[in-house]
Amino acid sequence: MGRRIWEHPILDFSWRGRKVKFYFEGRVIEAYEGESIGAALYAAGIDVWSWGKKTGRPRGPFCNIGKCSSCFMIVDGRPNVRVCIEPVREGIRVERQRGLPEIPKAWSDEVREEEVFSTDVLVVGGGPAGLSAALEASKHGVEVTLVDEHFRLGGQLKKQTHKFFGSRELFGGLRGFQIAEKLTAELASKENVRIFTRTTAYAIFDTSGPIEVGLANVSEGRLMRVRAKTVIVCTGAQENYLVFPGNDLIGVMGAGGAQTLMNEYGILPGERVLIVGAGNVGLIVGYQLLQAGAKVQAIVEILPRYGGWFVHAAKIRRYGVPIYTRHTVKEALGDERVEAAVIVRVDEKFRPVPGTERVIPCDLLLLAVGLTPDVRLLAQAGCEMRWVSELGGWVPLRTRYLETTVRNIFVAGDCAKIEEATTAMLEGAIAALSAVMRIVGERPELVQRREQLLRKLEEYREAPVLARTREGLKKVLIG
Amino acid sequence: MEELKRLGLVPPEERMKRGPVVVVECPQEIPCDICVKACPVGAITKEKIYSIPRVDFEKCTGCATCVLMCPGLACFVVDLSPKDHALVTVPHEFLPRPSPGSRVILLGRDGRELGEGEVVRVREWNKTLAVTVKVPKELAMEVRAIWVRK
Repeated sequence: MGRRIWEHPILDFSWRGRKVKFYFEGRVIEAYEGESIGAALYAAGIDVWSWGKKTGRPRGPFCNIGKCSSCFMIVDGRPNVRVCIEPVREGIRVERQRGLPEIPKAWSDEVREEEVFSTDVLVVGGGPAGLSAALEASKHGVEVTLVDEHFRLGGQLKKQTHKFFGSRELFGGLRGFQIAEKLTAELASKENVRIFTRTTAYAIFDTSGPIEVGLANVSEGRLMRVRAKTVIVCTGAQENYLVFPGNDLIGVMGAGGAQTLMNEYGILPGERVLIVGAGNVGLIVGYQLLQAGAKVQAIVEILPRYGGWFVHAAKIRRYGVPIYTRHTVKEALGDERVEAAVIVRVDEKFRPVPGTERVIPCDLLLLAVGLTPDVRLLAQAGCEMRWVSELGGWVPLRTRYLETTVRNIFVAGDCAKIEEATTAMLEGAIAALSAVMRIVGERPELVQRREQLLRKLEEYREAPVLARTREGLKKVLIG
Repeated sequence: MEELKRLGLVPPEERMKRGPVVVVECPQEIPCDICVKACPVGAITKEKIYSIPRVDFEKCTGCATCVLMCPGLACFVVDLSPKDHALVTVPHEFLPRPSPGSRVILLGRDGRELGEGEVVRVREWNKTLAVTVKVPKELAMEVRAIWVRK
């Protein structure tokens, strides 16, 4: 179990439950309860997770949070299971897919009849925005339903080991995973909150009356239809890809994907790392890789200056990690797994300067080149969208109170614009209050609390480092 | 360094000679005021949550609470009062953990090795250590991290 981390300056891995055994293409894999199937496979040295459908080339994990589809496998006969968000269980049988899988006929008979129920507030996604939304809504006497695709709530807070900025009331000073634990525990104590993990909100069917949302827990063969008075969509974001030769080699991973393996599951994603992109994600993940015991060879950044905050850059520089600005990755080299990367300097028009290539040995090449809001459910529901590059791409139009153009559908967090977890939590609470007011009326104390939160959010966003988001938001504000 | 001085984040040398005092290496307007709330004597203030911190070096006692709590690991304590060396307190979040008496490698802002120093004190809050090391006086404004050999 060579890739598992047992000692860490910040994390302890006492959550590792009893050992379980499962089968991977006939081979017995040992894992710990609490791990995802994907994490257990990676820990066991199984890096080939699929093959390109056209090229046949082997592929490894990329995002590790259920967004990128590079981890589809057959689990107990069910195809297209995202093993990165599926928990290990004793005795399960896991196989890789080659090409498109066949739909198993026997399985479709297992699906039970669709369960139908009603709720006041349906929150889709249990990350920082969704947890905060569900918690805020639950405090005002309405029935709340929270669904998340993962088997554990917390979203990307779970892998954040750095202490949060902001003020104390916004959990500043606590580490991200500690905030997730705190919010999750608080939510579990609420009697008016129903929580469905491993559950996907796969479609919004009707928005003319109560909003009809289809939910599916695929691994349990369970289908549900919720009639929700209000819906708050908090589906987060996914990591961006970058085009260069060799970008499909195993070991080319999202920086956040590597962070999930390392911090959420305690599995070292690689030993010698090159990071592309010196925004906060690249800088923070670089520092955390050092903490986990990896060597970070360099961070390359195509812009003339690193994009992340000064303090994050200073933290990693102190340990001798070079940040090469005006540089990008030209090519990843390797047979099956990445063995080295060619980096190159660029001119003011971002064109590679011939003769400035350098080969950097690495077994992990991380892409920290931005995020794209996960807006699929919003777009499908008919919310009016706009392309705003400052916000990460297609995002829904919304009012100051976070309602979309579809009445009673609200948004919060990264699916509304790429920002960060502190503002996601504030937005979650604001959207929740807006939803609650649709149900119980505009009570003065609710209006007042929402205004307080809005002022806090606006003050936070006045920071010059958030100017780009602030500009972008002007383009999507309606009403 | 010049930028930090211009922003009033570096205490005057005369103050450092009188005893431990904070250096806040936070020259960018980021939305965070943890240091303001952390300081037990109210020596750090911020006009708005994202303003550059303002430090009252006369109030500061060099207690290093901010070193332990700053999310950006941007606070350090410098003490030029000992006769033949300086004391620098840096945040540390790596294994192995040093303890008083440990010999550690001294690192500059760019990761350059600046020699070795002896640890005299270690404090901890939420897994961040504040490690006080003896350093040559001329390196007091250079040493900003330590590394402990495995």
